[in-house]
Amino acid sequence: MITLNVNGRDHQVDSDPTTPLLYVLRDELQMNAAKFGCGLGQCGSCTVMVDGQAIFSCVTPITALQGRKIKTVEGLGTIDRPGPMQRAFMEEQAAQCGYCIPGMMMRAQALLETNHNPSEADIRDHMRTNLCRCGTQMRILAAVRRAAGYMREAKGTGQEQGTKS
Amino acid sequence: MVRRILLAIVLILVIGAAIFVALGWKPAIAPVDRPQASAFKPEVLSRGAQLAALGDCTVCHTAPGGRPFAGGLAVETPFGTIHSTDITPDPETGIGRWSEAAFKRAMREGVSRDGHHLYPAFPYDHFTRTKDEDISAIYAFLMTRQPVSAKAPANDLPFPLNVRFILTGWNLLFLHRDPVADDPSQPEAWNRGKYLVESLGHCGACHTPRNALGAEKRAHAFAGGVADRWTAPALDGASPAPVPWTQESLFTYLKTGFETQHSFAAGPMAPVVSDLRAVSDDDVQAISVYIASLMGPVPPPRQQEGQRAVEMATQAGLGFTRGAPDQSRDEPGAALYASACGWCHYNADSKGSSFASRQKLGLGSVSSMPDPSNLIHVILEGIPPVEGEATPIMPGFAGSFTDRQVADLANYARAHFSTRPAWKNVDDAVKAIRSGKDIDRSASRP
Amino acid sequence: MSALKSIAAAASLFGQTPGDPEPAAHVEAGTGPSRRSVLVGGGSLVVGFSLFGNQALAQEGGQNGGGEGTGAAAHPEEKAPALPGSLKTNPQLDSWIRIDADGAITVFTGKAELGQGIKTALSQLAAEELGVEFKAIRLVTASTGVTPNEGYTAGSHSMQDSGTAIMNAAAQVREILIGMAGTKLNLPAEQLKAENAAIVAPDGRKLGYGEIVAGQRFNTQAQPTSKLRDPLNFTIIGQEIPRVDIPGKVTGGVAYVQDLRLPGMVHARVVRPPSYGAQLTAIDTSAVEKLPGVLKIVRDGSFLAVVTAKEFQAVTAMRALQVAAEWQERPSLPNQSTYYKTFRSLPSDYRLILDSHAPTAPAAKTVSATFHRPHQSHGSIGPSCAVAHFTGGKMTVWTHTQGVYPLRKALTELLALPDEQVQCIHTEGSGCYGHNGADDVAADAALIARAFPDKPVRVQWMREDEHGWEPYGSAMITELSGSLDAGGKIVDFQFEVWSNTHNGRPGPAGNLLAAQYLEKPFTPAPPTPIPQPEGGGDRNSIPLYHIPNAKVVEHFVKTMPLRVSAMRGLGAYMNIFSIESFMDEMAVAAGADPVEFRLRHMEDARARDVISKAAEEFGWSSWKASAPGRGRGFAFARYKNLGAYCAIAAEVEVERETGAVRPVRFVAATDSGQVVNPNGIRNQVEGAIVQSSSWTLFEQVTYDNTRISSRTWSTYPILRFPALPDTVEVHIIDRPGLPFLGTGECGQGPTSAALANAVANAVGVRVRDLPLTPNRVKTAIGV
Ligand code: FES
Ligand code: FES
Repeated sequence: MITLNVNGRDHQVDSDPTTPLLYVLRDELQMNAAKFGCGLGQCGSCTVMVDGQAIFSCVTPITALQGRKIKTVEGLGTIDRPGPMQRAFMEEQAAQCGYCIPGMMMRAQALLETNHNPSEADIRDHMRTNLCRCGTQMRILAAVRRAAGYMREAKGTGQEQGTKS
Repeated sequence: MVRRILLAIVLILVIGAAIFVALGWKPAIAPVDRPQASAFKPEVLSRGAQLAALGDCTVCHTAPGGRPFAGGLAVETPFGTIHSTDITPDPETGIGRWSEAAFKRAMREGVSRDGHHLYPAFPYDHFTRTKDEDISAIYAFLMTRQPVSAKAPANDLPFPLNVRFILTGWNLLFLHRDPVADDPSQPEAWNRGKYLVESLGHCGACHTPRNALGAEKRAHAFAGGVADRWTAPALDGASPAPVPWTQESLFTYLKTGFETQHSFAAGPMAPVVSDLRAVSDDDVQAISVYIASLMGPVPPPRQQEGQRAVEMATQAGLGFTRGAPDQSRDEPGAALYASACGWCHYNADSKGSSFASRQKLGLGSVSSMPDPSNLIHVILEGIPPVEGEATPIMPGFAGSFTDRQVADLANYARAHFSTRPAWKNVDDAVKAIRSGKDIDRSASRP
Repeated sequence: MSALKSIAAAASLFGQTPGDPEPAAHVEAGTGPSRRSVLVGGGSLVVGFSLFGNQALAQEGGQNGGGEGTGAAAHPEEKAPALPGSLKTNPQLDSWIRIDADGAITVFTGKAELGQGIKTALSQLAAEELGVEFKAIRLVTASTGVTPNEGYTAGSHSMQDSGTAIMNAAAQVREILIGMAGTKLNLPAEQLKAENAAIVAPDGRKLGYGEIVAGQRFNTQAQPTSKLRDPLNFTIIGQEIPRVDIPGKVTGGVAYVQDLRLPGMVHARVVRPPSYGAQLTAIDTSAVEKLPGVLKIVRDGSFLAVVTAKEFQAVTAMRALQVAAEWQERPSLPNQSTYYKTFRSLPSDYRLILDSHAPTAPAAKTVSATFHRPHQSHGSIGPSCAVAHFTGGKMTVWTHTQGVYPLRKALTELLALPDEQVQCIHTEGSGCYGHNGADDVAADAALIARAFPDKPVRVQWMREDEHGWEPYGSAMITELSGSLDAGGKIVDFQFEVWSNTHNGRPGPAGNLLAAQYLEKPFTPAPPTPIPQPEGGGDRNSIPLYHIPNAKVVEHFVKTMPLRVSAMRGLGAYMNIFSIESFMDEMAVAAGADPVEFRLRHMEDARARDVISKAAEEFGWSSWKASAPGRGRGFAFARYKNLGAYCAIAAEVEVERETGAVRPVRFVAATDSGQVVNPNGIRNQVEGAIVQSSSWTLFEQVTYDNTRISSRTWSTYPILRFPALPDTVEVHIIDRPGLPFLGTGECGQGPTSAALANAVANAVGVRVRDLPLTPNRVKTAIGV
C-alpha cells in the first residue's frame, strides 16, 4: 500500500510500486485531466505537480511519491468554481482539441507559483517541454499571461479563488 | 648588513618587476578598417568556416538565445565567472577594427588588440600552436560575418585575479608556444589529427586535468578533466567507455553525435559534435585516428569487459518484464529505474520491436565513469530537445525525485549497467550538483 | 443496475445508446462561468448581396467529406440534389431536429467534433434559426443509426454541409411550428413570431414549442427554399459564443474517448510488427500469460494483442510480448536518400487536370523550378484510442473516427456482421488533422472485443504505434515553369505534380491496419484519385490567378512504399507551397512587388480583398527590415478553389550562421463567407499557421530500408514554444448572407509559402525542399 496525497486528499493505492503515477491517477483514482501522450517524458500531456514542481507523471513511479504533495488540474478548481488558471484558459478559448491543455496548465501553474511576474521569454522557455499539435500555443501563452495577472490580483486581495493548496 | 640585504631584495624585486612589466606589457595594435568580403578568396572563407567550427568558436562566443559569435556567455571557472566577448566584426564591441596581425596575436598570445591580456578561458594556450594560414582563414571567416553590437557583461573575478596583468606570470609559466611537431613515423592522418586536437580542437581544455592555477597538466594530457561541472572522460588508456573505442566508432560518434556501441553526445560535448557536422570527413577522421592512438592498444581484459557490457546490455532487454531485470527489484532504485528509465532504456530492438536507437544504458560511459557527476547531471537535467532537430530527448527528474532517490537510481545504474565498483558518497554528489556546485571527485571515486 | 444498463448510462455521456438519443448529462450544455460576449462585426454588416430571403443557402461544389473515402458510406447518396447542404443526402427534417413534448430541442449532425469547435458553431446556427437561446440546443454528433450519414468530417466541409443543412432545417422547422401554432391559435402565420422557444401572437398569447409539437415527429421532407432570417437581425450567428466543450476539458471532465470508463471495462494493447508487412513467425506466450492482470492473449495471424484488467498491466504485458515475439521482416522501403528519384520512376497514371489556351503576347522570360515534400505525420498528441463492446452478437464501438458510417461499413466487412449489429459512436479524441490511427485502433478494439466478448475493451496505441503506423501525408514532387511577357504578365504556366493517393480511408475493410495482418488478411483497396474540383494530390494545383495558357498534370503514383492517406489540406499544402513560392520567383523575374504581382493576375474580387487586407494589416508597403536577417513573405490561396480565401503575410528572422528560421509574426486575412463564430475561425487559422510552420520548418518521416525510424518526438521533432512567432493576427472579412466556406484547412498552404518567401527575402536564397531545416537553409546560404 502506498499513500498518495493528491490535491490535499490521501489515497491508499495498492498498485505495483513501479506503476507510473499517470496510470494510477487515471485508472485507480478515476481522474481524467492528466493524459497519456508518449509515456516517455517527451510531450508533457501527463504533467502534474509534485511538491510545487511540474513533473511528467508518465515516468514517475508511485513509489517515489509517498508522503509528497501531488497536484492535478482537478485541484485547480471545478467546472462551477474554476481557479484562475482554468478561468484564464476558458476566457482565452485556449484549446482546439484540448488534449494537451491539462498538462500545459500544470506546467504553467508550477511556474506562476514561484514566479508571479514571469517575462514572455520565461514563459516560453518554461513551457518548452510541452507539445501542442493543434497549434494552440499562441492562445496558451495568452492564457498563462492572463492567469499570472489573476494570481497577482488574488495575492493582492489575499484570496486565491478556487485553488486549494 | 641587514639593510644591504634588504636593499638587494628590493632591487631584485624592482628589476624583476621591470622585467615582468617589459615582458607583460603589450602595445595596442593600430585599428584598421574592416576588410571587404571581396578581399578574401571563397575557398579561404569556406576553410575558415570549417576551422572555426572545429575550434568551437560559437560554443563559447554565443550566449543562450543570442547571435552566434556575439559573445556574452558566462563561463564558470573555479576562479570566478568570465564572459565571452563579441567576435563578430562590429567596430565597437567586436573585432571589426582588428588587423590580421592583431587577431593573430590574440590567438597566439592571449592579448587583445588594445594590449590587454585575455583570460585563458579563451584557449590561446592551444591556439598558439595553430598554423598561420589557418589563423588567416579563420580571420577571413570572422571578418565576413554579420556585425552584431553586443557588449559582454563584466567578469566576476576576485582580486587579484581581476588584475589582468598577473596573466603575464601565468603565461610565463604555462604558455608553451612550441608548434605541434609532425612525427614522420606516423601516417599523415595521425599527424593531421594531432595538430587539430592539440591546436584548434583544444580537446585538452576539457579532457586534460588542470593544476591549482588552472593550467592543463601537460604530464597528464587527456587523463580526463572537467567541463562545466561535468566530468570530461579520459581520452587515454583510462577511457571509461565500456566497449573500447575504435577509430571507426570515434568517427561515427564525432560526426553524428551517436554511436551504437557507445552513447549519445550529451552535456558540454553535445554542441561540440554538433559543430563537427560542418567539418570535413577527412578532418574528423584524422581526429579519430589520433584520439584512438592516445587510447592505445586494447588489452585483452578490456576487450572482455567490452564483450560483457554488450551481453549485459542485451540481457537487460531479454529479461524485461517491468522494464528492469526482475531479480533486482528489491534494491533501492530498482523500482525507480523500472518506471522512470526502463521505458526508454531497454533493449528489445534486437528482437525486432520498434524501438531501435534507444540508448542501451550499459554501453554509454555515463555509468562507468570514475565519478557519478555526469550520471547525476543527466538524471536531474535530462537531455533537452534541440529545436527542430532529431536529437535524443530525455526528461529531467529534478522535480520528480528527492536527493535520496536520485542517489538510489545512480547507485542502481552503476551496479547494473557497469562492471566497475560502486561509487562513494553519491548522496553528497547529488546535493552538490542540485545546488549548482561541483562535486568532490576524489571523494566519490570507488 | 445491470451491467448493460449502466454501460448504457455511462455511454450516454458520450453520445447515445442506439435508438435512444438521451440528453447528455455532459458538459456540453455548460458554457463556462465567465464569458466574453463581444459582438464582432456589429455595425459593419454588409447588406445588398444576401442570398437569404426566400432562397435556401445553397453551397457550391464537392461531396460530403471533401471527396475522401470510397463507397456509399463515405459518399451517401444524394436523394434530393436540389436541397441545400447535407439535406441533399438526408432530406427528412426529423433526422436533423427533434422537439420533445417538454420543449427539449435536440439537433443532430453527422459531423464530428475534432477540436475545431463544430459543436458550438452548429448549435449557434440551430438556435438562431429556431429562435431559441443558444443554451437550449442539445447537439448530438456523429453516431450510426442516430445521426444523419454525412460521410467524413473532412475537407473543411462541416459548415458547408452540416451547417447549411441545420440552418435550413431549423428555419423550416420554425416555419412549420408557426404554421402549427397558427392552426391552434386560429391566426394566419404572418401575424406570428418565433421568440425564445415559443410562437407569440400579437395579442400576447404564446405557445411553447413543446406544446405545439407535443412530441410528434415532423415527418416532413425539407423544401429547397427556406425562410432564413435576415443576417442584419442575427443575434447568435456571428457572436463569439464560448466553445461548449472547453470548460469540461480544462477542469478534468470526461472529455475524450481516452477518458471513457465503462463498467467492467478491461484494457488491451496491440503488439504491432516492427515494420511494414512483417510476419509473426513464433511466439512463446507462456511467461506473459502469468503476468499479473493478464486476461487473454489474442492472436490472429500476425495480429497480436493482450487483454488485462488494468491499463498499466496491458502496457507491461505488451512490452514483454514484444520481447517474446519473433518476426520475419523484409526490406520493403525505398532508400530515403534517393527517395524522390525512386518515387518519380514508379508507375503512375497521367491525369490531365487543366489545359487552357488563349492568345497572348509573346513570352519574354521563362522561369522553372522543382519542389519536394517528404512524408509528414499527423502526430496527434494523444495516441489513438477506442472502446469496443461485443455482446449479444452486437458490436458497439466508441471511436474518434472522422466517419462513423464509413467505419461501420469497414467493420461489418471485417467482422462479417450485418449493418444493424455494428454501431459506431463518435467520441472525441485528441486532434487528428486527417486520417490518423483512429479507424485502425477502432478495428483493433473490435477484433479484441470479439475475441474477449461481454466486456468493454479499451485500446490505446502507444506513441510508437501512432508515429510508426498512422497513414502519413504523401511525399510529393512538383515541377513548375512559367513564362512572362515583356510587361511582366504571366502568359503561360505549366504545373506537374507527382503524388500518391491522399485517400486511404476505410470503407473497405482492407484499409484498416489490423485487417492486413490477420490469418486471412484483407487487402487494402487500390488507391484512387479524388476527382476535381476538390482534388487529392492535385488539390489546389490550378492557380486561382488569371493565366491565359495553363497546363496542369497529376502523375498519380499508385505504388505506396509508405502507408499514406488524408492529412490536413491533402495535396493543397504542397501545391500551394509550390505555386505560391513560384509566384514570388516569377515576381522577381518580372521585377515586381510580390503583392502587386499577385493582384495583377487576380480577377476574383474576394481574393483581391483578402490579399489587400493581409498586406495592409501587415504594413506591407512600408515594411523595412528592422534587423539583419529579417525578411517578409506573402502567399495566398482559396482552399480547393472553392473553400475559404486566405492570404498570409509573414515576417521571419533567419540566422545566417546556422540557417535557423524564426517566424517573427504572421498576419492573415480570411473570407469564410458568413461568419458564424469569429473566435472559432480565428482559432482554426491561428492553429493552421502554427501547425503549418512546424511542418514547413521541421518535419519529415524518416526510415531505413525496412523500418520507420521517426517513432517518437525525439526522432520526429516538431515545433516547441521557443520557436513560436511573437504574434499571429487573423483578420476576418465577414460576408453576411453568403454561403459558409470551409476554413479548417485554408491556412496550411499559404503559411508554408509565406515562410519560404520570407526566407528568400531575408537571405536571398530560395529553398524549394521541405522542410526548411536549419541545415538546408544554411547549405543554401553557404559560408
Ligand atoms: S505522456 Fe508523459 S511526457 Fe508525454
Ligand atoms: S489543443 Fe490539441 S494538442 Fe493542444
